[in-house]
Amino acid sequence: MSTLIEADGVCKSFGGLQALSECSLSVPKGSISGLIGPNGSGKTTLFNVMTGYERPTAGEIRFDGTAITGATPEKVFGLGVGRTFQITRLFFRLTVLENILVATQRHEGWLRSVARRAGSAAEHDRALEMLEFVGLGRLANSPAGNLSYGQRKLLELASLLVADPAVLLLDEPTAGVNPVLIEQLSERIRELNRAGKTFLVVEHNMEFVMGLCHEVTVLHQGRTLVNGTPEEVRANPAVLDAYLGGGDDDDF
Amino acid sequence: MTSRGPNGSGPRGNVILALDGVTAGYGGGDILKEVSFTVSEREIMCIVGPNGAGKSTLLATISGVLRPRRGAIAFQGDSLVGLAPRQVLAKGIVLVPQAHSLFPDMTVHENVEMGAYTVRDSAVVRRRYGEVEELFPLVRERAHDKAGSLSGGQQRLVELARSLMLDPALIVLDEPSIGLDPPTRKIVFRMIRLMNEQGRTILLVEQNARAGLRLSTHGLVLENGKVRLTGTGREILEHPEIGALYLGGAVSDPARPAPAS
Repeated sequence: MSTLIEADGVCKSFGGLQALSECSLSVPKGSISGLIGPNGSGKTTLFNVMTGYERPTAGEIRFDGTAITGATPEKVFGLGVGRTFQITRLFFRLTVLENILVATQRHEGWLRSVARRAGSAAEHDRALEMLEFVGLGRLANSPAGNLSYGQRKLLELASLLVADPAVLLLDEPTAGVNPVLIEQLSERIRELNRAGKTFLVVEHNMEFVMGLCHEVTVLHQGRTLVNGTPEEVRANPAVLDAYLGGGDDDDF
Repeated sequence: MTSRGPNGSGPRGNVILALDGVTAGYGGGDILKEVSFTVSEREIMCIVGPNGAGKSTLLATISGVLRPRRGAIAFQGDSLVGLAPRQVLAKGIVLVPQAHSLFPDMTVHENVEMGAYTVRDSAVVRRRYGEVEELFPLVRERAHDKAGSLSGGQQRLVELARSLMLDPALIVLDEPSIGLDPPTRKIVFRMIRLMNEQGRTILLVEQNARAGLRLSTHGLVLENGKVRLTGTGREILEHPEIGALYLGGAVSDPARPAPAS
């Protein structure tokens, strides 16, 4: 399997804090890949570097073989790298459908959308189709602010899907989501993956990530600790050490 | 120290805090589900568990920030359910929040003294301050420095010092090791152990499970809002299923009896 997006020897420091040190990660085309690690291990920073929200201090980001290091978020998005955020970014006073239509306009550039104002019939249909797909069809005309936390995550996913990105980076998609919706989210991701989409998922919910991903990379203190199948990762003692913390010399 | 042997072995002392079937949450869902456990006098009880297990919610529930939906919380025989945080404090439970709770522009002395702001008797405040200085040389050495000029580890020590000013029956620490490098963590944990050796009962939540459990006499693993394991710190450290609780996978039976405690 060829690599779709990868981070190669990425370093990132904020003042004196080294958030990433020579961190590498590659996401095979057509895979659902997972990125896990204890709190503060650098997962979101790596996401930010890979999607242009942060510029790495050293190292390279490649998408489909081409270096995209330091490109703006818009540029990276335009190439086909979509992402969601830990905290959903929605317009709470617009309806669910309007939120997706706004996203559509964002994707095609503001000039055209200003000239045209409201979404075309085709965009409307596409937006409704995505809402149906994530199970929010019947809520199309409700204000987004009325959605539950889990539904907001699904709406964010739908907004991303209208842009038809090649790879979707999801930052903690199950955080705060109820178990029924988590199951639904898993199913949608699998379905999209079968249709050819590649995923990179940051998650703390181990059942979700281990059940969903083909391979998992573990970050610890800003470095890549291991990479392997969920079974290999689970069985690796270094991973458990990273999660449980401590050192053998701890004597109080 | 007569009630237990090293590292929590032996019989437990008088129960000081008891949670029975506590269910609590925010909005639609329950985060804590039927949580029951006890803390006895002179114990260090450490709560560990993966992200999202409900550790912070548990502390919020005990300290009166969040009212449980069901279940009982008893402290020295009195119910805490429905009490405001200030009333819980008055009962003798002091919570040390997760980092950065000092007033950075006030001196160390002023910060520590602030810990006794509900105490009216100035003689009592002076006496306690003297005791705290005795235990924490840092408080004396840096008394007139602004708290904000101290390192993260030193600030943590001042927070511990301040917690003693109310002479609490139970000290609750939220992630005392957060943001500390291992040598500093060791200094802070040694101080927690020293406070315990001087008779303080301590309940703490720790993300660094191994360090927290090594420090503590007793431990509890919370996962998905439920108590999964209880026992002495050592029993939990060595429990074969702790890995599965953190990394997912085959956990035989969530309701399985915990190891003897």
